Amino acid sequence: MTRESSLVTAQWVEDNIDNADIVIVEVDEDTTAYDKGHIKNAIKLDWTTDLQDQVRRDFVSKSQFEALLSDRGVSNDHTVVLYGGNNNWFAAYAYWYFKLYGHQDVKLMDGGRKKWELDSRELTDELPTRDTTSYTATEQDLSIRAFRDDAVAAIGVQNLIDVRSPDEYAGRLLAPAHLPQEQSQRAGHVPTSLNVPWSKNCNDDGTFKSDDDLKALYAEVGIDDSLDTIALCRIGERSSLTWFVLKELLGHANVKNYDGSWTEYGSLVGVPIALGDEPGSPEGQTS
Amino acid sequence: MCGATEGGLSLDGVNVAKEAVIQGQVLRGGTDPVGNAYVRLLDRTGEFTAEVPTSATGHFRFFAGEGEWTLRTLAPKADPVDNVVVAAIGSVAEVTVTI
Repeated sequence: MTRESSLVTAQWVEDNIDNADIVIVEVDEDTTAYDKGHIKNAIKLDWTTDLQDQVRRDFVSKSQFEALLSDRGVSNDHTVVLYGGNNNWFAAYAYWYFKLYGHQDVKLMDGGRKKWELDSRELTDELPTRDTTSYTATEQDLSIRAFRDDAVAAIGVQNLIDVRSPDEYAGRLLAPAHLPQEQSQRAGHVPTSLNVPWSKNCNDDGTFKSDDDLKALYAEVGIDDSLDTIALCRIGERSSLTWFVLKELLGHANVKNYDGSWTEYGSLVGVPIALGDEPGSPEGQTS
Repeated sequence: MCGATEGGLSLDGVNVAKEAVIQGQVLRGGTDPVGNAYVRLLDRTGEFTAEVPTSATGHFRFFAGEGEWTLRTLAPKADPVDNVVVAAIGSVAEVTVTI
């Protein structure tokens, strides 16, 4: 994938807003954001209810995903254009999710909802109506999804990229600072993981930096291009954005997103944890 | 983020004793609430830590850690504005951002 095939500008979306071949989809951390105004013709996916199983901690199944997209009027042939708040965190998560279930033509709107708003582009509260479809998903592409055992096995062996803020990585905060800090799990990071905050991928307006700047960023922190890479954060959305940068914009071959991320890893019994600003040794620290 | 009371955002449901709250309101020209601004929280090194959109009443809130932070506010048709704020566990740092 390349920037041209995976990313579109806000202006491109505005120019294609009535194009019947595309479906614009908003996905936000704040699931009420869409209801306060959205891009014309955009549909909403709620990451908490539409994209998560409501009993076990996991994604919806292939058949549930098929039913969801069929109900919302998305077909296999549609170009799906995703955007959302928080600099596209959850839109990138949805992008990765669509790829996981094999949707071919999916794009991210550069800068997301923030860029659209800062440009003073129009939002509407009018809800689009779409005919239902018969969507067919593939089995999950597990070449882009990491599980906890993959994360543990990657310590000291693969590139582990922890994209949380420096204070979360070091263990000084347990969650992003717009959320209450009430968590039960341990603080810190997976030993040997490199801290490349997701925000370093983006300009202040939420758009991605240039390919040259992004390449320089990952070269500077010492990512080894010959190794496989796992990106992680707290619950796997911010790391979806970094997965998007490494896999889709920069074309790295084998990049996985660990959706369990720190809320899972930091709750595991007996796994090594490192505290502080340095990656640490593979065995981690103890008190 | 709605339901704000005059003089500050309601703290109902927030355990202030355990949090280092930074909150406030974005005003255009010092009087008009800005409901479509974005407030970023930068750490002591200037690194991004979090970002929230303002509520319809221009309010925002962060749960930070102890220490000095910078709020960077972006809004349509306005230059970014930085405000330095000190947060402490058990207190609420109120900031009015004027664009």
